[in-house]
Amino acid sequence: MTETTANGLAVPENGRSRGYLDEKGFRSWALTLDHKRIGVLYLYTTLFFFLLGGIFALLIRIKLMYPGQAIFSDQTYNVLFTLHGSVMIFLFIIPGIPSGLGNFLIPLLIGARDVAFPRLNLASYWIFVAGILVILGSLFRPMDTGWTFYTPYSAKTGANIAFLSFGIFLVGMSSILTGLNFIVTVHKLRAPGMTWHRLPLFIWGMYATSIIQVVATPVVGITFLLLAMERLFGVGFFDPAKGGDPLLFQHFFWFYSHPVVYVMILPAMGVISEVIPVFSRKPIFGYRAIAYSSLAIAFLGFLVWGHHMFVSGMSKTASIIFSFLTFFVAVPTAVKVFNWIATMYKGSITFESPMLYALTFIFLFIIGGLTGMFLGALATDVHLHDTYFIVAHFHYTMMGGTVMGLLAGLHYWWPKMTGRMLSEKMARWGWLLTFIGFNLTFLVQFYLGFKGMPRRWAEYPPQYQFLNIVSTVGSWILAGGILVMFSNFIRGLFRGDPAPANPWKGLTLEWRTASPPPTENFETVPVVTDWPYGYAKRKPADDG
Amino acid sequence: MEKGRGAGYGVYVAVFAALLVLTGATVAVSYIDLGLWNVAVALLIASVKVSLVALFFMHLKHEGGLVWTFALVPVLFLVLIIAGTLSDTLFR
Amino acid sequence: MAEDTAHFAGEEGGQASGHVSPAVAYEAAKLGIWTFLATEVLLFGGLFTAYIVFRLKFPEMFHKDFVHLNRLLGAANTVVLITSSLTVALAIASIRKGKQQLLKLFLSLTILLAGVFLVIKYFEWTEKFAHGLFPGTDIFFSLYFMMTGLHGLHVLGGMLVLGAMLFLAGRGRFSESYHTPVEISGLYWHFVDLVWIYLFPLLYLIG
Repeated sequence: MTETTANGLAVPENGRSRGYLDEKGFRSWALTLDHKRIGVLYLYTTLFFFLLGGIFALLIRIKLMYPGQAIFSDQTYNVLFTLHGSVMIFLFIIPGIPSGLGNFLIPLLIGARDVAFPRLNLASYWIFVAGILVILGSLFRPMDTGWTFYTPYSAKTGANIAFLSFGIFLVGMSSILTGLNFIVTVHKLRAPGMTWHRLPLFIWGMYATSIIQVVATPVVGITFLLLAMERLFGVGFFDPAKGGDPLLFQHFFWFYSHPVVYVMILPAMGVISEVIPVFSRKPIFGYRAIAYSSLAIAFLGFLVWGHHMFVSGMSKTASIIFSFLTFFVAVPTAVKVFNWIATMYKGSITFESPMLYALTFIFLFIIGGLTGMFLGALATDVHLHDTYFIVAHFHYTMMGGTVMGLLAGLHYWWPKMTGRMLSEKMARWGWLLTFIGFNLTFLVQFYLGFKGMPRRWAEYPPQYQFLNIVSTVGSWILAGGILVMFSNFIRGLFRGDPAPANPWKGLTLEWRTASPPPTENFETVPVVTDWPYGYAKRKPADDG
Repeated sequence: MEKGRGAGYGVYVAVFAALLVLTGATVAVSYIDLGLWNVAVALLIASVKVSLVALFFMHLKHEGGLVWTFALVPVLFLVLIIAGTLSDTLFR
Repeated sequence: MAEDTAHFAGEEGGQASGHVSPAVAYEAAKLGIWTFLATEVLLFGGLFTAYIVFRLKFPEMFHKDFVHLNRLLGAANTVVLITSSLTVALAIASIRKGKQQLLKLFLSLTILLAGVFLVIKYFEWTEKFAHGLFPGTDIFFSLYFMMTGLHGLHVLGGMLVLGAMLFLAGRGRFSESYHTPVEISGLYWHFVDLVWIYLFPLLYLIG
């Protein structure tokens, strides 16, 4: 016996009996073609590396409490910050929302049964795993270059760079194939009536992200290939002794690595665009502006990579051009922030955990984004480059931004993915500790950097010590918050209350099917007649 | 399913012949010293050949705007990376 | 309870029946391969960028070194690849008319020509090595070996893909109405040809 919604979409009463999680066994997961299962696999994998990368961070912060004391060697310190950066960036934050939440949600949000190329999707995951194994295998000799792997050091160090390069190539391949899959899926598999301007904004964000992945990632692929060739065969593009140019490495590297920060942030912004209207009970303000701003960010993000190279020896001409262009990329970002705030204005706001994280995103990302302006300005960047100001800036944007967006998305879509509710109480405690811990850790680092404390140094002059201790204590509180949060996740998997189909009363298509969804996503493919943000506007005060 | 596009083999053979002629031309020109014009001529001929392959062998001539966009957008980004890098290396 | 599957002529109707219709699957596959080719443009693009940077920096090196390249072998390889593009296009034209034997014949010819390309490349490379010219010798030869090497890997990959197509064709998997994998393999193969069409003059002709 099933109920029917107004447009004839059947929602099974007992959704879990035919849910996508029902079939058990290793093979049913390892060989799955179901985008939802593939998304879950990615989430498990990337969240594992989030925790691993976090442990490296805690160790870094412990060393930084006591300069001059041999808690561990400086070389170990170099390895730790290299691993922290590499693991967090390549194995967690780049695949995190796109391959995890994106895989799970994109077909559901557009009313499709799966992505365009399900077998390619499965291959993407296993290529990702292969890349992980190769990267981990390369680590048996210390990897000490920093996650940016600059030449000439990376061409000469004893670390297994060629091996690692192959691993990064594989991880990049996974990213490319995922992006390719999503682009074609959005173009070709939308449900009847789902025009481009009825797409949820998460889809716009993911579409823009996928374009970046497809265009930028091959360049980092060739970069690492050339680095490996330099080490193995003496190819000299980056070697000054052969007439090569170390800056060429940096140009190639940052041509990818700058746009990739928009791969990190655009999906998170997409999550925020979904959460804010639901928890404000109000239509999103400026739908088209937000949608097009995602495309604008994707494009503009390709014009600015040189702002990572202002003090590298790059020409003054290029520096001026890149600095000038960098300011433009703030504009579409600001457009989004204004529209989110306008959405909330006169809304009926409630503060469940997804909304707490979404609001945190807006607050912290504004700080991160504004501090980027100091760095985009050529003159101030000369002073701030390679200081803790940079470290604080990118943690505010990547953690205060992307990670908060991921957490908002996890809390928001948890009922849909698992069929269970999280403990709202634990979620709020986790949020509070995370928020306090994060700001304590990183806010002081702006000041430290401004005062001249360099990054990537295991030792520093004593006048910086007090704030470093503050920052380390902050990291412990942050770790505590994450522990509480993950405990909630684990509890939620086994002991959470059964979730209804639509606990948050959202209007996007995923809420029209059971929690968790059946393998084929929808009993019958939905027909879309309106955009998904038609929340009732706040009525005037005379409604009794 | 598939409209019977390309009446058949004739167009392909004609394009093939043109490609052979152009290849011969570019090799022949390379034996003449035209200074910097060698570069321009060689790239021009290569571009014509690429256009022929893309338009006829890859059926771009019959494709809609979406496929053309997918085909041309990467070239735009290629121009971007070249221009950005040269803005550094040429002005050091 | 309405069986709500609306009929849409356009893209959005692709899954009305719960499965992707063949027309949509074909269009999706085509978009997919063009997206993949976009990534290849950027992959080779890095090498082309390096070529431009170093050519502008060391024009005399290019002028001096390129004479070591065998122009005629390079031209021969160009003709080989162009012919292989013809044969794969003819393969597709054949299966569009349902001609199975011609499909297999032209696929085989394409694979054969790809093999010839690699054999010629092998002789070129070994000749270089014999003259003491290696990837590490100088930047020009770094470019030469990297660009032709990466391209050669793509030729090899193409041979494998086309070989798989030939195998499937032998099993009777393709017909007048369904031959999507052959078409997208063909598109990939033409791209491999395109890259060579630029590589050949840049490396062999314009020192």
